[in-house]
Amino acid sequence: MSPFDASPLSPSGGAHVRSVVDEFHGDLLEVSMGPHHPSTHGVFRMIVTLDGERIVKLKPVLGYLHRNHEKIGESTSYLGSMPYTDRLDYLNAMTNNWAYALAVERLGGLAVPERAEYLRVILAELSRLQNHVCLAGFLLQDTGASGTPLMYAFREREKILELFESLSGSRMMCNFQRFGGCRTDASSEWLGQVSSLVNGFGAFLDEFEELITGNEILMARTQGVGVMKGPAAVSAGITGPMLRACGVGYDIRKVDAYGIYPRFTFRVPIGSHGDTYDRYMIRILEMRESIGILQQALRDIPAGPIMDPKAKLRGFRPKPGESYGRIEGPKGEIGFYLISDGSANPYRYRVRPPSFVNLTLLEDLCLGHTIADSVVILGSIDIVLGEVDR
Amino acid sequence: MNPMPTITDEERSELRRHGILLTSVEELYNWGRSHSVWPLQFGLACCAIEMIAASMARFDIARFGSEVFRPSPRQADLLIVSGTVTKKMAPQVVRLWNQMAEPKYCIAMGACAISGGPFKRGYNVLKGIDRFVPVDIYIPGCPPRPEALLHGLMELQKKISGQSISGPEAPRHLRHDTSCEYPVPEFGDHDLVPPKNPEVWKVPESPPKD
Repeated sequence: MSPFDASPLSPSGGAHVRSVVDEFHGDLLEVSMGPHHPSTHGVFRMIVTLDGERIVKLKPVLGYLHRNHEKIGESTSYLGSMPYTDRLDYLNAMTNNWAYALAVERLGGLAVPERAEYLRVILAELSRLQNHVCLAGFLLQDTGASGTPLMYAFREREKILELFESLSGSRMMCNFQRFGGCRTDASSEWLGQVSSLVNGFGAFLDEFEELITGNEILMARTQGVGVMKGPAAVSAGITGPMLRACGVGYDIRKVDAYGIYPRFTFRVPIGSHGDTYDRYMIRILEMRESIGILQQALRDIPAGPIMDPKAKLRGFRPKPGESYGRIEGPKGEIGFYLISDGSANPYRYRVRPPSFVNLTLLEDLCLGHTIADSVVILGSIDIVLGEVDR
Repeated sequence: MNPMPTITDEERSELRRHGILLTSVEELYNWGRSHSVWPLQFGLACCAIEMIAASMARFDIARFGSEVFRPSPRQADLLIVSGTVTKKMAPQVVRLWNQMAEPKYCIAMGACAISGGPFKRGYNVLKGIDRFVPVDIYIPGCPPRPEALLHGLMELQKKISGQSISGPEAPRHLRHDTSCEYPVPEFGDHDLVPPKNPEVWKVPESPPKD
């Protein structure tokens, strides 16, 4: 009996390790890893078949955090879905809000005032900073640098969350963007605080990199581990830093030029090896580019209204039609696809989650590596289960 | 047997000033337990991020003796149910709870763990983990701030300090007639089987009409 014919390990109980025999490999061991595992970034489960310590098969089991997001969206008003989008990728409420707002704006033909566009860019890039810094911390935690890098990362993250809180009232679940603009206006003091944070962020990155980027153990654990090739990534629909790490220059900020991104000069970092180390470095370099975008946005932000006067939030009933809004989230392309039948709720509400799609190549990345490496590879994919399972 | 001599707090602090520490076994036992509550390193959803934030430098859960997040349930005293429990996940949560050694406590962190929260409408979401596991502390919020988690932890410490180690009021782990094992539900055709543990959870009584 080959492991490919074996019935899966029981989802709710029973053995979590068992031996299977393969005609080619001989004796194999099947291990259930998760859903409660310290390194699975939530409730993700992998059923790993091991030959000695090498992975010969990996089967992800999803759905432990399936919260019926899309179905709830169909029976909720357009405005009522906004707080639900916060809880998709709960590290990046601001970018989720923006993608959803963009989809509804296209459906309803709403314009966004200049100042709101700038605020959106500022908040999205701040969100990218705190997501990437968290990812670096968690990834290093997974490689065994327990505690210190994550402490440094969360120290910076708290500063950004404080800014989110003073603007939107909540640390994580910001619920800030509205279709046609933003919910509250930013004071000049707030922009000053952002500015001082942004100006100090480069120094933090230097410190962080000096501590860890050239570290020999990190290099040994990540270089050449989980190599992904560009064509395979493109055909699997991988987006975001994962795709750019294997040398494909695809950034929706440049491709779609949504919002006011064409006004800013920034570079798109591209990796060359596609390994875990590249995926880590891409995030560090993206943070440096985000600092540049933030400085330009803070310099140029105009005064003015933050909501489209035509926008009607409550009782919003768009004409029948469909729309897709996507932006470059910190994890990749986050998109919302809406179909309206003219009523107050969308007829269909579909989320295109970046981390779910990025997870599709997990088995290919892990084959031939040890189980300890699979933890690092999973960490570098940057999944959030709220978004994977929805 | 003579009744236990009583001593007021003033007298006791006066004695402490003179270098005499007066205590009882019960008090010492509970003091030790309540200040070394080791949580299980177990995150479910959004609230888990705030739980991690609470353990980091800014909020520093180590001040309360709870920084040792144990990956193994065998070594943990506290189950923080931090996030939405789906019906697929609920059996695992109960199994983890069963694997923990007594004395053990449970905190339901966030609206989802308490009642299903914003996802209560979902067919796949458990309407509160207290249907299967006895919850000691409920922390509302979506997600609760790290300070709220720390407050919940302090309330749990108060609860532990107030437990007596003998007599009919003794907690679950010191009694021989109770079990620390709870029935694990199974994922049935339509719902979890059983949908609730009647020993732990009762239908809330509606308020009296007057």
